[in-house]
Amino acid sequence: MSPLTSLPQKPWIWAWIGAILMWLIIMSVSGIVAGGQVMSAAASFGTFFVIVAIGQMFVITLGPGNVDLSIPACITLSATLAMKFMNGDPNLLLPGFLISLSVGLVIGTLNFLLILLLRIPPIIATLSASFLYQSTAIWSNRGLRVKPPEVLGDFAVSKILGVPILTIVVLILSVAMAFTLHRTRFGLSVLAVGQNQKAAKLAGIRVERVRFLTYLMYAVLAAICGFFLAGFSGGAALNMGEQYLLMSIAVVVIGGTSVAGGDANLTGLWGASLFIFLLVSMLNTLGLSAGYRLIVTGAIIVGIIAISGRKSAI
Amino acid sequence: MRGVEKSFGAARALTGVDFDAARGCCVGLVGHNGAGKSTLMNVLAGVVSPDQGEILINGALLDATYDPARAAEQGVRVVFQELSLCPNLTVAENLRIFHPSIKGIGWRKTARQVILAELDRIFPGHGISPDAEVGTLSIARRQMVEIARAFSNVNSRIELVILDEPTSSLDQNSAAQLVAFVRGFVAKGGTVILISHLLGEILDATDQIVVMKDGATAAVDATRHFDRPRLVREMGDVLAENNAFGGRKSTRRDGPALVSGPEENDQYLQLYPGEIIGFAGLSGHGQTDMLVRIFEASQGARGKITATEKAVFVAGDRQTDGVFPLWSITQNIFVGSLTRLTKGLSLDFGQAEEEAQDWQKRLSVRTPDMANNILSLSGGNQQKALFARALGADARIVLMDDPMRGVDVGTKQEVYEILTQEAANGRALIWYTTETDELKHCDRVYVFREGRIVAELSGEMLSEENILSHSFEKDTA
Repeated sequence: MSPLTSLPQKPWIWAWIGAILMWLIIMSVSGIVAGGQVMSAAASFGTFFVIVAIGQMFVITLGPGNVDLSIPACITLSATLAMKFMNGDPNLLLPGFLISLSVGLVIGTLNFLLILLLRIPPIIATLSASFLYQSTAIWSNRGLRVKPPEVLGDFAVSKILGVPILTIVVLILSVAMAFTLHRTRFGLSVLAVGQNQKAAKLAGIRVERVRFLTYLMYAVLAAICGFFLAGFSGGAALNMGEQYLLMSIAVVVIGGTSVAGGDANLTGLWGASLFIFLLVSMLNTLGLSAGYRLIVTGAIIVGIIAISGRKSAI
Repeated sequence: MRGVEKSFGAARALTGVDFDAARGCCVGLVGHNGAGKSTLMNVLAGVVSPDQGEILINGALLDATYDPARAAEQGVRVVFQELSLCPNLTVAENLRIFHPSIKGIGWRKTARQVILAELDRIFPGHGISPDAEVGTLSIARRQMVEIARAFSNVNSRIELVILDEPTSSLDQNSAAQLVAFVRGFVAKGGTVILISHLLGEILDATDQIVVMKDGATAAVDATRHFDRPRLVREMGDVLAENNAFGGRKSTRRDGPALVSGPEENDQYLQLYPGEIIGFAGLSGHGQTDMLVRIFEASQGARGKITATEKAVFVAGDRQTDGVFPLWSITQNIFVGSLTRLTKGLSLDFGQAEEEAQDWQKRLSVRTPDMANNILSLSGGNQQKALFARALGADARIVLMDDPMRGVDVGTKQEVYEILTQEAANGRALIWYTTETDELKHCDRVYVFREGRIVAELSGEMLSEENILSHSFEKDTA
């Protein structure tokens, strides 16, 4: 089969078609200049969706029941602790980043210990643990917005030739992760575990080690996301991670990753991130009120998941 | 069935097959893996619709709307090679799904009684509870339930039962029970089509034999005109000399045991390099558990078994333990060698492909392209891929869990040879099998009963009678 004719069968194609469609609608309403601006904004905001979604994609690919719901709390806690420590001092940037990383490592380890030792299903374990993380964040920052050092803020919004630096960084990260997923022992182990955990074990794959690394990786990615998000949005706030819970899952599923596990791709994550951001922008452009926007967004996400779900079932 | 043709993409699975099964007759269907036996039966059962040809039941031509539901109305029942029970339901609940006429208050009780009666009728002494969840049963017991369900009758017609490899995971005793039952069923006017790679079974159970080769019938004749050599010849194979027990020359090497334990047994298992040892006994008596425990020990789990080298596992229950359904044949093979194939950061996919093609030749895996999905292969060919996965890995201990399920005679001979070679090269093999004949390829045999090793047989003590007697009796010396 030639690459071109097999294109419609690629699970990620729908996310991209949707994203392009949204963009065309926005441009036809507001003109080409506005279209360019919206695309640039989408590239910035979409970046954060993608970082988180990469991690969630690996977790979901581990197979039924695997999903991490502690992500918003992890983003918030990482950002809060790092920003508080740096307290606006640009010289502490590196230690601050290391604090973020450690938060990710600790949370990932804790999550997996709950799942493995107490045999709690991941969805419950990560959800209940997230209360712990969120409470720690509340206790630490007491409801204030903690400002980032100026350098970090500048870096997070700076651009090269009109393209946000963060977008470039995350693009490189995506390529590295795609390589990891499809061409390394770890990635193939994740795909194998997701298809048939028992067969994976008997084929010599260390199933629990692979699961641990996956949850750990996700928490670290979320922590990094929190660090830069705080820089991007002017500080760490307690609700900064909120929207990433649903979005991380929606982006993964719309991007064509199988909810049943064992089948994933990164191309779709970008398409889906852009699609969701552009969808919300489009509804804004059309002047819908917040309530309607949420309803329409929800309906479209459900619709896409239903269609792409049926495709993958065939 | 007249002139049935069916193609899957470029692969022609059936090329104009005529097939008859007379009332009150047991027809045996034999042939290589991928010869088209299962496809032909899928057509007859309405699961697959043919590209060409017609199907007649009781002389009536069936039209294009023929499907599994219509087949059931006509009294056609099938036991597929890949079992079709719902693992999360109990034995009785699975019967209820099959028979819509079991309903109303108290259906559970009816279902329990019907399936239990049927199991008792076919497999006396089966030891299966109708309230057991199917997923918790061993593959042999799932197979028994599946067979009993196909023969069960609740206000429904039952004319023709198709059994696709029904005994591949049953031990000798249960297989004999099934053959006896089939003879009785046929004597009462029923019809059975039996697919099997066990030629002895085909010769015992059937009235007529159809040999298939490359999607067409190669020979049709009454069973009494066949014997083992002719059957093998018609399939296009040469039968290796029929070696007896003790015929194998041991290639055991000196040195410490690779596997030893467990201590709680009366008999202590030990495996030395260069050996092939067999696990025998009735199926489901702890042989698979033991293999899994040895495998875990080889991965560093601390327990009562020690294993000093890496081990690989050849699954016999391929759906549950072996196959990665979303992957190609090549991927399914190299997943066992991920560490070995890692070159620098990435896996060496070129090398993986080469090795897969090499295995395709060595094991004659029937596919136009190893990049095809693993499920495009017939059952026996999937099994070959699992063998390739294990033998391609660099582990010294090879654990085989009844690995020849659904593998045809020709390939078996090749695999036996490869196994002998591997042992001579210093690998150590443990081979659990439900076919007593295969134990002839072993140096020593451990017989299992109720989860424990009850006897170790070697040399002159290694014989079919001794294996059987230890499988059943208590307190044998």
